[in-house]
Amino acid sequence: MTEFLSYALPGVPYGCAYALMAGGLVLTYRASGVFNLAFGAQAYVSAVVYAIAVAAGWPVGWAFALAVVLLGPALGLALYVLVFRHTRTAPPLVKLVPALGLMIAIPGIVQVLIGTSIRVPAPFILRPNHVYFEIAGTPVSGEEIGTTVVAVLVIGALALVLRSRRVGLAMRAVVESPRMAELNGVRSEWVSASAWIISSAFAALAGVLLAPIYPALGASNFTALLVAAMAAAAVGGLQSLPLALAGGVGLGVAQEVIGGYLPSGTVLSSGLRPAFPFIVLALLLISRRSLRRDDRTEDPLAGCDPPRASFRPPARLAGVAVGGRAVGAMMAIGLVVTAVALVPGNWEFTFTQAMILSIVLLSITLLTGLGGEISLGQAAFAGAGAFTVGQLASHFGLPVLLGVLAGGAVAGALGAVVSLPAVRLGGISVGLLTLAFALLADNMLFLYPWSGNGASGLSVPRPRFGSVSFAGNGPFFWLSLAVLVVVAGALSLLKRGTLGQQLAALRGSPTGAASIGVDVRRVRIVVFTLAAVIAGVGGGLYASLQQSVSPNDFNYQFSLIYVVVLAAVGIYTVAGAIEAGLVYTVALQAVGDLPSRFGSLLALFFGLVALGYVRHPEGMAEYAKSFLLDRVEQLVRFAQGRRSTETEQV
Amino acid sequence: MTEPIAAARAPLLELAGVELAYGPYRALFGVSFGVPERCAVALVGPNGAGKTSIARVVSGLVRAQRGRVEFAGRDVTRWPAWRVARAGLVQVPEGRSVVASLTVEENLHLALDHLGARAGRREALERAYGLFGQLAKHRRQLAGTLSGGEQRMLALGRAVAVPHRLLVVDELSLGLSPAVVDELFAALGRIRDEGTSLLVVEQHLERLLELAQRMVVVGRGTVLGEGPTSEVVRLAADLFARAASPKTAEARRRR
Repeated sequence: MTEFLSYALPGVPYGCAYALMAGGLVLTYRASGVFNLAFGAQAYVSAVVYAIAVAAGWPVGWAFALAVVLLGPALGLALYVLVFRHTRTAPPLVKLVPALGLMIAIPGIVQVLIGTSIRVPAPFILRPNHVYFEIAGTPVSGEEIGTTVVAVLVIGALALVLRSRRVGLAMRAVVESPRMAELNGVRSEWVSASAWIISSAFAALAGVLLAPIYPALGASNFTALLVAAMAAAAVGGLQSLPLALAGGVGLGVAQEVIGGYLPSGTVLSSGLRPAFPFIVLALLLISRRSLRRDDRTEDPLAGCDPPRASFRPPARLAGVAVGGRAVGAMMAIGLVVTAVALVPGNWEFTFTQAMILSIVLLSITLLTGLGGEISLGQAAFAGAGAFTVGQLASHFGLPVLLGVLAGGAVAGALGAVVSLPAVRLGGISVGLLTLAFALLADNMLFLYPWSGNGASGLSVPRPRFGSVSFAGNGPFFWLSLAVLVVVAGALSLLKRGTLGQQLAALRGSPTGAASIGVDVRRVRIVVFTLAAVIAGVGGGLYASLQQSVSPNDFNYQFSLIYVVVLAAVGIYTVAGAIEAGLVYTVALQAVGDLPSRFGSLLALFFGLVALGYVRHPEGMAEYAKSFLLDRVEQLVRFAQGRRSTETEQV
Repeated sequence: MTEPIAAARAPLLELAGVELAYGPYRALFGVSFGVPERCAVALVGPNGAGKTSIARVVSGLVRAQRGRVEFAGRDVTRWPAWRVARAGLVQVPEGRSVVASLTVEENLHLALDHLGARAGRREALERAYGLFGQLAKHRRQLAGTLSGGEQRMLALGRAVAVPHRLLVVDELSLGLSPAVVDELFAALGRIRDEGTSLLVVEQHLERLLELAQRMVVVGRGTVLGEGPTSEVVRLAADLFARAASPKTAEARRRR
């Protein structure tokens, strides 16, 4: 008992923070349909501000007020007003991408503004390591008492408010239909804004409560906090606040207890403790019926919104359409020629990287853009491909090109396995499941010597084909280009073919697709698997290009970055993936060549994506193209009009 | 020509040149008409004429791009729906017109909490239950599990429980059995007789002959005719007949 308590008690502060964050997740998800992945980043901001204020000599009470009472709610209100007010009726992807962008942007901006060396602050109540009393012989320290008391008080206050008839009924009405609530005199905007303010304050509080406990104030700690909170929210089916809170506390305690009892020094024990929340999350997603469907009651007044814009490019004058395509092809050829002939050597390498990234991005185009399934774990499939190539080459001497194919097959098999539970889910839940898979891969799967070999990684040779060697960067460029062309061509054909038609039907309405004879389950599994194969091939090529890979190259954060970048540039077209790969890689390289104070540019980019994406979910590239072609078309029409009036005059 | 009642008072609700588009799709092209105080006005027209859009503009659910909406002497064109509702313009929207995830009584409490009760809360609830006896039996039932007719009854009961000057009722009869429609229209008659103004969107002309004193005929987003029911009903009937005949449908397609 004493041993158990000595493991369990340190888990309580974590559990309370998880519970606070989970409460915030459920509240915003219910009130606005947004699963706010940026809460971790928001907690991080508040923790950093708190730490700085304390370090600057502020009294802890004032620092707490600044970080939690002022900054937390203000950030939440700003996010609601600027971004999430506009996503209410948007599809799941449009709700998710801004949150992802913020999740990446906020820590980046903080690090640029403040730097990474932030001292761990003092807690705002009770001394952390001072033992105040003992339970059954186990010492109880200040941090455990402090976090528990604060969390219980705050959560209790929220429960009281939501219990009151006036607030509770208004909240439930807005959750179902903001417009119906308005017809009943409820100020829906205020209710939604309050939900964002309260939940952001919760996130800030969780951040400040945990800040003194963490060994260092790194953004990754707060992402881990977010993921654990996601699992806790899943315990409540993304619906129930009390269950989510209980889940949070339970998870925090269970995590520490497991860590305590497992033998130390193995991958299992070092990986299982951080991976535990994702395992729970995955199991819950698979088993909880209420998470499978987005079973929110349909808004009877949805007809008040303008119909969703189609992502298909509009019909154009024949000449303009052909001309546009010709210009695009010329630019592509020009780019290849430039990359090979005109730019310095290290850029050849960069362009190869870009093309390989494009291949991986094409897997997201297929799965998310065409298939409508949100995947936040494509980097893990790429990793599976990469490590397969490495292992086969180093242990069995398999040629790298065959290894790349084998990598695609292994990734595809993994994708098929993940797809089995995923196809039963809908909307955001698929994203969460794939994210859990990616995190599991990061924390356990890729750490074993037989896969990613942990931090030391694997070395991978460049391929040979008969007498042709791709050891140089030049030949490898052509190899990558060939693979990219094959994959992109296959995807274009697929988009036009039967599967593409079935996917289009599925995106519109799964029920409608099933009613015209589409085997929804089969199509989803096929798409999931195919996407994983493409990602695996891309990962294998990447491994061979870099000649050494480690699990860090396929960190879950890349999965998120890929989705944001691709969505920002154009997730619905094959060309979009290629443009996105190019833009992102070249931007990364360019920023890397600049002095380090420009490092914030990328973070800024993700922030802008978060703000601008809601207006143009078709992507920047698609928007720019249609904007340009619109202008050209206007000019052509204008010229034609002039000519026809001239002939009339004659 | 105009009926004496209408001429005597300034209209309670007045639309002037209202234009509306949902994104790129235009729905209303300059709609103008009025609803006099203590008068039941019917808004009729074929499918796609813009009747529901007019109801939505009036109650603030959608905002007109051009034109003016005046209610009780105030310009409400840019008001959000909650403010219009609090001013006494209560809408019963088309289709499911209640909050499905709340019980019958919670639906009433929601409206009473935010729109205010006419007298005491108890009296207000009694008023709602008094309008339709069967509502009281379902007090604790989720509104989403009520039948379509009962949902409409709850919406009407909610409307009479709160302070109201104008009741906008959109397609009350949609998808309901004739017996239930009779009951609902009888209740509308009682509400009118108590002095509430009505704007009733409806497809069934014969139901309106008794209820409505005036009629506004709309088609393709404009007002085609307006006047006392007895004078305009012929125009409406012609319009409906033409919309139903295949020949004109063909002609329209060719145009």
